Formats: sequence, C-alpha cells, structure tokens
Amino acid sequence: MTTALAQRPAPSRPGWRERLHKFDIKGVPYFLVAPFFLLFAAFGLFPMGYTVYASLHEWSTRSPEKTFVGLDNYQFLLFEYDRFLNSVVNTLGMFVLATVPQLIVALLVANALNKRMRARLTWRMLVLVPIVTSVVAVGVIFARLWGQEYGMINGFLGVFGVENIDWRASRFGSWLAVSSMVDWRWMGYNALILLAAMQTIPKQLYEAAALDGASPRQQFWQITIPQIKPVIIFITFMSSVGGMMLFVEPMMFDSGRFGGGTDGQFQTTSMVLIDLLRTHGNYGMSSAAGWLLFIVILAVAGTSYLIVNRLQGNK
Amino acid sequence: MSTVLKPPAQQNDSESTGPRRPSNRSSGGSSAKILQPTVMTRIGLVGVIVLSIFPLYWMIVIASRTTSDAAKFPPALLPGGNLGANIERALNDPASRLIDGLVNSIIITGTVTVSVVLISTLAGFAFAKLRFRGARLMMGIVLATMMVPLQHLGLVPLYLIMVELEWLDTYQAAILPFLVNGFGIFLMRQYTLQSVPDELIEAARVDGASTLRIWWQIVLPALRPGMVVLGLLTFMLNWNEFLWPFLVLGTETPTIQMAIRQISIGLYTTDLSMVFTGTLISIIPIAILFVIFGRQIVSGIMEGSTKQ
Repeated sequence: MTTALAQRPAPSRPGWRERLHKFDIKGVPYFLVAPFFLLFAAFGLFPMGYTVYASLHEWSTRSPEKTFVGLDNYQFLLFEYDRFLNSVVNTLGMFVLATVPQLIVALLVANALNKRMRARLTWRMLVLVPIVTSVVAVGVIFARLWGQEYGMINGFLGVFGVENIDWRASRFGSWLAVSSMVDWRWMGYNALILLAAMQTIPKQLYEAAALDGASPRQQFWQITIPQIKPVIIFITFMSSVGGMMLFVEPMMFDSGRFGGGTDGQFQTTSMVLIDLLRTHGNYGMSSAAGWLLFIVILAVAGTSYLIVNRLQGNK
Repeated sequence: MSTVLKPPAQQNDSESTGPRRPSNRSSGGSSAKILQPTVMTRIGLVGVIVLSIFPLYWMIVIASRTTSDAAKFPPALLPGGNLGANIERALNDPASRLIDGLVNSIIITGTVTVSVVLISTLAGFAFAKLRFRGARLMMGIVLATMMVPLQHLGLVPLYLIMVELEWLDTYQAAILPFLVNGFGIFLMRQYTLQSVPDELIEAARVDGASTLRIWWQIVLPALRPGMVVLGLLTFMLNWNEFLWPFLVLGTETPTIQMAIRQISIGLYTTDLSMVFTGTLISIIPIAILFVIFGRQIVSGIMEGSTKQ
C-alpha cells in the first residue's frame, strides 16, 4: 500500500470494479452491523412483542391450547394473587435499602480514591474485589453470615448480649440481609464509576473555591456533587433497573427456593415470575408478570431520577 | 466563608493553623492540600476495603477447614490445612457437578465472549468511521438496548422459543441471547474513534483497500487493547450469569453457578466446608483474570462510564 494512486480504477472502465467499489462503500456497512441487529430482532424484539401476545392468553403446560382472555392475567396478578403486590413491596424495600447506603458509601470512597496516594491501581482493585465474585457465591457466603445459629453477625451481636436473631423470619431482617449482599457486591463498582467522573472535573474549580475559603466539605457538596450529577443519575438509573430485577440474592438466602421465606417476606417480583414459569408452567401469567415488572421498573427508575435531581438542587 | 487569613502556601501544617471550625479536617488552602488524604480518609478507606474482602477471606478459611470448625464460636479466623483435601472431595463427590459445571461454563462463556468481541468490533467500526443511511437511528437502538434488560423482559417468550426449537439443554440456548450486547458496540465505537485516525482510513481507501480489509489490517490491530477490556468484562459478566442458563439448561448440563446452587441446597446444613470449597473453585478462574488483568478491568469500568 504505497504509491497506489495511479492504480485506482480509471473512470473509463465503469465495469464490475466500479460497482464493487460502490457496494463496498454503501452496502458493506450494513453487513458489519447486521449480526447485532439480526440477533436483536430474534432474541430481543420478537420476544418482547410476543410477551404482549402471550400475556393476553390463558396458556400453560396444563392448558397448552391458547385461549384469549384479554387482561384477565393482569387483573388476577394485581387484585387476586396477593403474592404479586407483596413482592413488589419487597423488591422496592430491598431496592431502597440496597441503593441509598451504597450510593453514599460509594461517593465517599470515590472521593477518598480521588486523593493523591501511592499505589492507586492497588486501591482501586481492592475496592473492586466484590464485583468479581458471582452472585451465587455471594448468596452462599452471606446466607451463612446471616445465619441464625452459627452466623457471624449473630455471633457478633451476641457479644453485646443480643439474642440470636432469625433474620429470615421477619420482613425487615430479611430485607436487610438481602440488601447487604447487593450493597457489598456493587459498592466498589459504582465508586469507580463515580471516581472516573470526579477525575474529569477541572482542578481550577477547586483552586478557585479554595481561594474563596471553601472548606473541603463545601467543595465536595458545591463542586464535586453538581459536577458529577449526570453520572449519579446514570448510576441511580442502572441500580433501579438492576435492583428491581433482584432474584439470585433472595433465592440463595432461601436455600435456592423461589418462595422468599415462609410467607414470602422476601419474595421479589422476579421470583414470582420464575415461580409462575418454572413451578407452575403458567406461560400467560408469567408473561403478564413480566410486563407489569417492566412498568414498575420504568416507574421506579423515573422516580429515582426525579428524586436525585431534586436532592442536588437543594444542596 | 471569609476565614482564610493566611496565604495558602504557608499552611503546611493544616491541622493546627488558622482560625477555623473544628469540623474542617484539612486545609482549605490550596488544591494540593485538598487532594491530600486525611487520616480519617485513610482509615475509612481501609475499613471499607476490609469489609469488602472479609467475606471472601472467610470463605477461604472455611474452605480450608473441617465442617465442625465452621460451627464454632468464636469463629475460626485463620485458614486451616484441609484445602487440598476439600478441593479433592468437592470435585470428586458424586453429588457435585463442579467439573461439568466448569467445562460447560468455559464453553458457554468463551463462545459468548469471542462472539461479542467480534460482533462489537465490526459494528463499532461501522458506527465510528463509516457513513451510511440510518446509522444514527441504528446507534440509538443500540444505546436503548443497553438500558433495557432484554434477557429478563423477554424471558418467558425467549424460554418458549427455546422449547419450540427443542433447544432446551443445548449450548446454543444458553449462548445466543447473550450475543445481543449493546454495551460492547458502544465501547468499541468509542475505542475506534479514539485510536483509529481518519487519515489512516482515507489513505488505505486511496490505496484501494476494501472496507473489510481496512477493518482487518488497520482497525483490529489498533483496537487490541479495547478488545481485551471488552473481552474481560464480557467474560466476567457471563461467567457469573445465573438465571438464564438455569432456565434453559437442566440439571444434567449445569453451569458452574448452577452447580454451586445444587451443592449448597444439598449440603448446606451438613457439609459447609465443601459448599464453600465449591464456591471458592467457582471464583478461581475470574480471580486469576482479575489478578493478571486488573489494570484493564479497572480502566474498562472507568472508561465505559464517563463517555455516556
């Protein structure tokens, strides 16, 4: 590929080379993006549309003939099947418990990592260790930590004279335990994303603020937080989507079952969905649950967006 | 605030100088001072890291001891000498499918990773450097797929499709849905924009190189670091995936995560050290990658986020 200017096809020969070249410019780009879009159509778009269709039918392993029932499945889930709304409350509760402390700690950790220190990569990697652990592994380990008889947390509380607590029995206790898994696994990951955002803030802003006599705390609230606001919103959004689909942590907390404890005190909506699909083989109903969950996710993501936006406006 | 009385350069010993509120832990003087970690910051950070690592450390402790040790209080906090024996037991126990799980997970995750990297470099190059009609709209769709959890929203029909195709218990059922990865395309588009100058592509075109050839000879070599990052993130994410493989693969074709769940259901109350040993084994491949490629993983997570 050196001095090839002369070798370009001459305009006098509008033969197959010209056409090939034209195709190369106009057509080939579509071939490059085609694999993604074909896969997306087959495994993304089509199933999503098909969920609508399936959710409007009575359809299960027991009655494989699809019968159109309109919105009956939705109505059943919302007004008759208590476990569904219960699961939405549980998922929301655990989402709040898992997200709020996590974001606060992640902000502080990111701020600390943003200081000048030696061995920066090592610090960052250490903070990131939990996200490398699989959710199932986290579930196995934390289920033991929160165990009633030999759990380390009860052992620790026992030092202060607290009786052994059955964390699985109560709503709040189980929420706390499940949320701790999410907190533990995601904090460092989010801290690194916040750190990346903090590093894009121009140093002059801090210098100017320092000259005006702003304390580090003031600088944190009045420069750092507003500057990284878009990333905080992004993290909140992603946490809502992930948090509202919580599944493996509560499942492992209940020894791999989908019931979420004796009375479903920590059964999440995803667990209800999988229970309907796998245990009951009810395709129509689980499709409806899937759409309802999607609507809930949108609502929660939208609400947390509004809240984060507001919070920072006040500071 | 109007309490800065001294010029900032003189405040070398920030803790004691200057009339300021006691809550100010470090100097507000210069930006160099602000960026200096205080003792509290260091202690807090170390505390968080101890909490981050302790559960894994404790897993290793239990995995290297006997099950009766696990029930003791005060708890064992130092590793014992049983790790080798426990690993052997965990791998050979007839009830455990750990080896099958490892093999299946490597096949599934490896295929997903290679395919995602390939698909993403192709499409990322097209979106970054080629002009074609509908490109913006298509990129918008790619970005939208990053936000919507497709594998979960379309879970039920996706499962039914696999039933219809009689693909249950096959690798392709576990692999294909995860090839739809908008994040990969987004990341590779960014890397292409950064590392492949337009002039290079123009020059190659003038030399008569075809689009595919440009991709192969110019773009791919320049993208190698980005491909490593994307490959690592994809591998980690898919190695840890539980729900979808659990739905479409039966107990006869477990992934490593399914194998761990199975062991933990069966032996949780009776043989904790074996459960924890299995869990430890499931983490080892990722831990090795993390130690070798820590820098790339950290930068991948940090770079992937700031460019949104």
